[in-house]
Formats: sequence, C-alpha cells, structure tokens
Amino acid sequence: MPVKVIIPTALRPYAGKQESVELQAATVQEALSSLTSQFAELKKHLFADDGRLRSFVNVYVNDEDIRYLQKDQTRVREGDIISIVPSIAGGTRNKI
Amino acid sequence: MSGAVLKIREELLQRIHAHGVQTYPHECCGALLGHDGDREREVLDLLPLANRRGDSPRNRFELTPGDVRLAEKTAREQSLELIGWYHSHPNAPARPSEFDREHAWPWYSYIIVSVQKGEPRDTTSWRLYDDRSGYDPEAIEAVLGASHC
Repeated sequence: MPVKVIIPTALRPYAGKQESVELQAATVQEALSSLTSQFAELKKHLFADDGRLRSFVNVYVNDEDIRYLQKDQTRVREGDIISIVPSIAGGTRNKI
Repeated sequence: MSGAVLKIREELLQRIHAHGVQTYPHECCGALLGHDGDREREVLDLLPLANRRGDSPRNRFELTPGDVRLAEKTAREQSLELIGWYHSHPNAPARPSEFDREHAWPWYSYIIVSVQKGEPRDTTSWRLYDDRSGYDPEAIEAVLGASHC
C-alpha cells in the first residue's frame, strides 16, 4: 500500500534531494528496503554492516517510534507517514 | 566540500556564545535553521535545546528524537531548512572529537564553540565527509544584519 517516507535534510543528497518518497510497502522493513533499492547511497547511512538499522537512526510511523511498536516489522497502512529521524549527539575529547 | 562557507549573522553567533556561557561547565546544544546553497549556506535562526545527557553533560551532549523532530518542524514553519547543529566544548578546543565524528551525519554543519573558564573563545564549523572518515572545516562568515523573524 502507498506510504510516504520523510527524508531528513542530512540524507536528502542521497535520495535525489527529495523531502519525501512515496512507495508501496506493508511493513517498515519493506519500506526501508524499497527506499534503499531506489537510492543505494542511502543504505550505508541507514544500515550497519550486519544489515541492522544503525543505532543512531530512529524511525517513526506517524508519531510513534517503531521501537515501541513492532520495530521494523511494524505494519503500515495506506497514507501512513514514515519519518527517518537521526540521533544527534557529540562532545569533547576530554574524559571527565 | 572543501571551501564551503557558512554565513551567520553576528547576532546569532553571539547567541551561541551566550548559550555556551550560560550552560558552562556543561555543554550547550541547539539547531541551526537556514538555507542551503551550492557553495554556501546561511544560518538564519537558532533553536536552542536542552542537553539531554544527564550523566555526563560536561563532556557530552545528546538530543532526543523528539528534539530533532521539533527542530525539523520549527524549520518548516519558518520556510527554512534544518542545516545543522551547534554545541560547546567546555575547557576544550573547538575541534570535533572522535566521539563527535562517530555520532555525526554528513551534510549537516556542526558549529563548535570552545568555552574556556566560562568565556567563549574559538568558534569553528565542520562538515563530515560522505564516508564518515573525517571532517572538512567550513569557514564561518559572520555578517551584520537584522533578525530573520
């Protein structure tokens, strides 16, 4: 079913500079797989070498974090909006 | 992206410094909202945010996904883009650490302000390489001008 995936600004250069991509999917996993099939450059930013979502990548279906749903097996319905939300962190080299 | 330039009004730069002083000796953090061009981008507004890293705020900062979504929403509402992030390095140089690199994203501008003994010192900006192996420095061009809002 058709769903929309919102791409964060940092990843738009790897997704044809698009703010969002509409695609057919029944689960979050299918949606992200379809997305990275269309835009291969996105893959290294979303997935670790073992194929799992990088820990610094958060995925929401509408306003729910998929970690609190069925993770990448979360089912999506027509019109759902999947948002990719990067984790932001940093700090000095100092150990305190 | 070597040779990249980040324009920012002097007043916004001063607000970043003031935020770093206010939270010292803890790290401050916030979002950079603006426009992106081919060779230069411009910060037109800031969204100061709370450092969520409660266990180690003197040498780490962290935002929640909710903070990031708020920053994206705030940018959209102002017809701007979320173009990067700022944070302070209390008593440390304004250079990205290995921890910064591990947690950074390409494309975003990362402004770092060094706050030494409570006083703002150097301010730098950086962009992560596409392959995440390191950073390109981004020249900060402070400009005079009125507030965006």
